Amino acid sequence: MWNDLLTLIWIIIKIVLVIVPLLVAVAYLTYAERRVIGFIQGRFGPNRVGIWGLGQPIADAVKLFLKEPIYPARSSLLLFLLAPILSMAPALVVWAVIPFAEGWVVANINAGLLYILAMTSLGVYGILIAGWASNSKYAFFGAMRSAAQVVSYEIAMGFALIAVLMTAGSTNLQDIVLHQQGGVLHWYWLPLFPVFVVYWISGMAETNRLPFDMAEGESEIVAGFHVEYSSMGFAMFFLAEYANMILISALAALFFFGGWLSPFEGIPLLGSLFGWVPGVVWFLAKVFFFLLLFIWIRGTLPRYRYDQIMQLGWKILIPVTIVWIILIGLAIEFRMPPWFV
Amino acid sequence: MLLQQVVFYFFAISLIFSASMVIFSRNPVTSALFLVYSFFNSAILWMMLNAEFLSLVLIFVYVGAVMTLFLFVVMMLNIDTETLRKGFIKHAVLAVGVVIVVLVLMMMAIWTGNLAGLPDIQAPANYSNTHALGNELYTHYVYAFELSAMLLLVAIISAISLSHHKPKRKTQNISSQVDAKPKDRVHLINMSSEKKV
Repeated sequence: MWNDLLTLIWIIIKIVLVIVPLLVAVAYLTYAERRVIGFIQGRFGPNRVGIWGLGQPIADAVKLFLKEPIYPARSSLLLFLLAPILSMAPALVVWAVIPFAEGWVVANINAGLLYILAMTSLGVYGILIAGWASNSKYAFFGAMRSAAQVVSYEIAMGFALIAVLMTAGSTNLQDIVLHQQGGVLHWYWLPLFPVFVVYWISGMAETNRLPFDMAEGESEIVAGFHVEYSSMGFAMFFLAEYANMILISALAALFFFGGWLSPFEGIPLLGSLFGWVPGVVWFLAKVFFFLLLFIWIRGTLPRYRYDQIMQLGWKILIPVTIVWIILIGLAIEFRMPPWFV
Repeated sequence: MLLQQVVFYFFAISLIFSASMVIFSRNPVTSALFLVYSFFNSAILWMMLNAEFLSLVLIFVYVGAVMTLFLFVVMMLNIDTETLRKGFIKHAVLAVGVVIVVLVLMMMAIWTGNLAGLPDIQAPANYSNTHALGNELYTHYVYAFELSAMLLLVAIISAISLSHHKPKRKTQNISSQVDAKPKDRVHLINMSSEKKV
């Protein structure tokens, strides 16, 4: 009995150790985005609150807490309140299976990759319900656009991850990372390069980020699905979006860039020089790089037109992944070194 | 063991509740959302049977894709439930008859099927449902598997050909848009300027 209780407490401690840094990272990601885009566009961004504006996320959080929640008339209130929760919960729940270093994971389950696919596919409900329950045309348009877009790109992303699990021969995330051992050239970005590109594009589409932010489209449908939300409901949608960004970056690091493995592994002098660095540092560095890439792309590309998004998803990305899955099947059959032995 | 039973009964009751709410709720969107919730509950029941692949695929395929599209359509249609509820009394007799027949059939199956006698299978520690399922599907049932895949492919193609059947569709011709030159769109006319009075 006491043993069970101790296990339970240990699991709760692990969950807190994952969720709290994640939420802090989400808060500072919003700050980083505004600063980095500011630099890209030759202006300062928020720099008034605290040193370099580092207090800005806290000020924003306090502001959102103190705002009055507004509920639109003739909306279904229960669903209206449920929608932000439904978009936030899947974004957090997925972190249960993400390994930060060898053994540093809340739940090391066999079907980890499937679990990720299943949970990320739930995120669209928050957007759909928010758009419908708001009883507003703009919100509804945003929800419709987003639902169609997410469902289309989910297929491309699913196929891309099938290529990963075929190469690794496992759906356990730790096994996938450990299978990439042996240096930068053994990481999956090289044999799976087209798949990685497809994964990254569909990851951006799934998180509704620019250049795929049709669901928001400030200049066309004001703010899309969350136009009627204020206060914490609005904040929850933003937290979910940024948590999903971090998730997509973490998955890119795990699946294609060797997770917590050192990039200097196998190089004679550098390998031993950097041998003392713990794996979690490499992992976080990779995640950080991909987050920067998200912001960089947002600061660079204009928004796609809706039919172009659909064309790209269905007629380019999905065929590319299908062809690459067949090629990988052949490579596995003929045991192509060094990845498929 | 006790904890497992508590979890099972909790989600079984929740499954029955949400399944009946699919029928009883007045709003079609709420019905669809309750259907989503009941899928979720049955996925958890499957998870308790060590069938993690089926359970997660149920969420991924049905909740993530099928029900999203379903909800999409239901939200767009804006169904008028008043007309649907007309003639409820008239058809109730038939409906009750069908329910009784189905109930009797299920009772017979349960009583004669001797479900209590099924062995309580304990999976070994390194059991992977995904591997087991893959082995079975691609060896023993490979023809049935390929046949159902072909069937689905035919269904996809026929659905696409049905929706493309309409003679005049308003779509953009992207290559002609890209090929457009300024002189196709803008006509510059030489006009002699107006005379001063």
